Amino acid sequence: MMDEYITLDYGSGGRKTSSLIEEMIVPLFENDALAELGDGAVLKSEGRIVFSTDSFVVSPYIFPGGDIGKLSVCGTVNDISVSGGQPVYLSLAAVIEEGFPADDLKQILESIRKAADEAGVQIVTGDTKVVERGKGDGIYLNTAGIGFLRTPGLSPSAIRTGDRVLVSGTMGDHGTAIMLARNPDLLAGNIESDCAPLHEMALALGELGSSLRVMRDPTRGGLATTLCEFVEKSPHGIEIDEDAVPVAPAVKSACDILGLDPLYSANEGKLIAIVSPDAADEALQIMRSHRYGQNAQIIGTVTEDHPGRVVMHTPIGGSRILTRLTGAQLPRIC
Amino acid sequence: MSTGTASRQIIEQIAAADTGRVNLMEVCGTHTMSIARSGLKQILPDNIRLISGPGCPVCVTPDEVMDAVLDLSLTDSVTIATYGDMIRVPGSRRGVTLQTLAARGADVRIVYSPMDALEIAASRKDREVVFLGAGFETTAPGTAMAVQVASERKLENFTVFSMLKTVEPALRALIGDPDFNIQGFILPGHVATIIGERGFEFLASEYGIPGVISGFEPEDILVSIYRLVMQIGSGRAEIENEYTRAVAHAGNTMAMAAVNNVFEPADSLWRGLGMIAGSGLKIRDEFSKYDASVRFGLHIEPLGRKSPCRCGDVIRGMITPRECPMFGTNCDPENPAGPCMVSSEGACAAAYRYMI
Repeated sequence: MMDEYITLDYGSGGRKTSSLIEEMIVPLFENDALAELGDGAVLKSEGRIVFSTDSFVVSPYIFPGGDIGKLSVCGTVNDISVSGGQPVYLSLAAVIEEGFPADDLKQILESIRKAADEAGVQIVTGDTKVVERGKGDGIYLNTAGIGFLRTPGLSPSAIRTGDRVLVSGTMGDHGTAIMLARNPDLLAGNIESDCAPLHEMALALGELGSSLRVMRDPTRGGLATTLCEFVEKSPHGIEIDEDAVPVAPAVKSACDILGLDPLYSANEGKLIAIVSPDAADEALQIMRSHRYGQNAQIIGTVTEDHPGRVVMHTPIGGSRILTRLTGAQLPRIC
Repeated sequence: MSTGTASRQIIEQIAAADTGRVNLMEVCGTHTMSIARSGLKQILPDNIRLISGPGCPVCVTPDEVMDAVLDLSLTDSVTIATYGDMIRVPGSRRGVTLQTLAARGADVRIVYSPMDALEIAASRKDREVVFLGAGFETTAPGTAMAVQVASERKLENFTVFSMLKTVEPALRALIGDPDFNIQGFILPGHVATIIGERGFEFLASEYGIPGVISGFEPEDILVSIYRLVMQIGSGRAEIENEYTRAVAHAGNTMAMAAVNNVFEPADSLWRGLGMIAGSGLKIRDEFSKYDASVRFGLHIEPLGRKSPCRCGDVIRGMITPRECPMFGTNCDPENPAGPCMVSSEGACAAAYRYMI
């Protein structure tokens, strides 16, 4: 029988730990590998595997559009997906602070279950630790994921002059939503995180074969940082049109007031793809036909001008460089 | 009509004005940023030169003041509450910033408004909360309000370190410089919402220099440049208001009253411009309980030290960022030698980040 708050005993390995695992975790994530409750999961494999891990420390851990649980599944699922893998298995590790409300834990685990179902992955192994009050920020999660490689050859080195740059939807939603959730008195806003699994969209884009050069999900650092990563130390540059980059009006307004830039704010349910020019329209249609890609746009082109740099054409007719983010975005004074 | 088409038409009018070489100065960090982000300089005719003046509150903060703040942050039980922009600004010791000191144990919190800082003080009676009051007339009313509320609530652990400055004395000091060569000012829209059109009329009436109060969209700035060029071309000198959607002739009298209730003019040290009489805002004696300089016995003495940082010359418009020998070599946003590079509104940061 679970208490109202997680105590240190739940991490001790004793009876309370067993009750946490058996009452909360196993029933939610029913699968053969997990039910064994062995120290490791024995899994079937198909050819080459894609392996990725991410840790999640977001605060607040519940926010508009999701929670740390949903984020932990989508984050790793998406990393595997944009690397050309079909996500199949996840591990889940939790570090919980003493005093964490059991109801919140239940909500987070249910989110994980829901997200895993949507992404078609199984949670096959995991770990729980509890730390003393003051030694953790509520809850930290880590997921590591295994996927089967379906689309080999994706890499920034495959990029060629003339390739087109596509985004699957509006930019900056997640980062802005989190900033607002941390400052609820600052602005009222209806901005939700875009946290979502992109495995289906990525797999469908993989059907384009070698016309699909590379994909990435623009998390920390946003669209701008990701584009910089594609071309730095390469013979190519990228030019994009500011007008073509989709940004939700509410996100733009909030960013204007907060002094943030949507192009540098995190996204958790978007992907950026670089494709050959003849495949651009088809890639756009693939994105738009998916649930999470309805606002997809072609935003720019790969060039041999200004190698290593990303240049953005502004609505007024000028241009500016998009550099990498050098640290956290700092809100301006006035 | 698309933005691109409208702006092309305005550019054609500006080019047709035939005024010869014209130097225009803006004195607002937000304008610096908007110009850089939109690539405005690239589409202007060659005879129009846009110069960034002392409009960034971080950039005009001298080393001596930053050193005092940094030392204060290491004081036991002091919590520094500040606008985000300040935390990466170095003082006279390179690499020492509020951010690096926070990693070593200093308690530094980023806030969006002085009221946030006040609430931290109210909820943490064990901490001495010091709010860094940076900015010009735009942020002064909010800061004044925080002091007033602190007084009403009889808070014992909240002070403001006023770094506030006013724009008029700085403009006068610039104009009085023998090297001054600016034919028109793009005037700060946010400051103008507080001090009104009348706050800038001295430029035209006393010095014969035209000014246009401008909004912050690139289109606003372009129209303001056009209006300045028209004035210069016809030999007029007036203060025009392009930002009528936010700026009234008298400004915001209630905000000004709040500022005058809490603050009084005092001499203030500016990076690059030196000591300018009456250009700072000091907390009045009746509110000295909320004045961090009084609470902590802080005295700022000009060091007269020569530093290789040319930020002072940049903000006076004497050199462009790229003309500074350290630009891009010894000084970049990740390793800034001075505030013009670290502040997101600084001319050097704008040049480094945005310009091709």
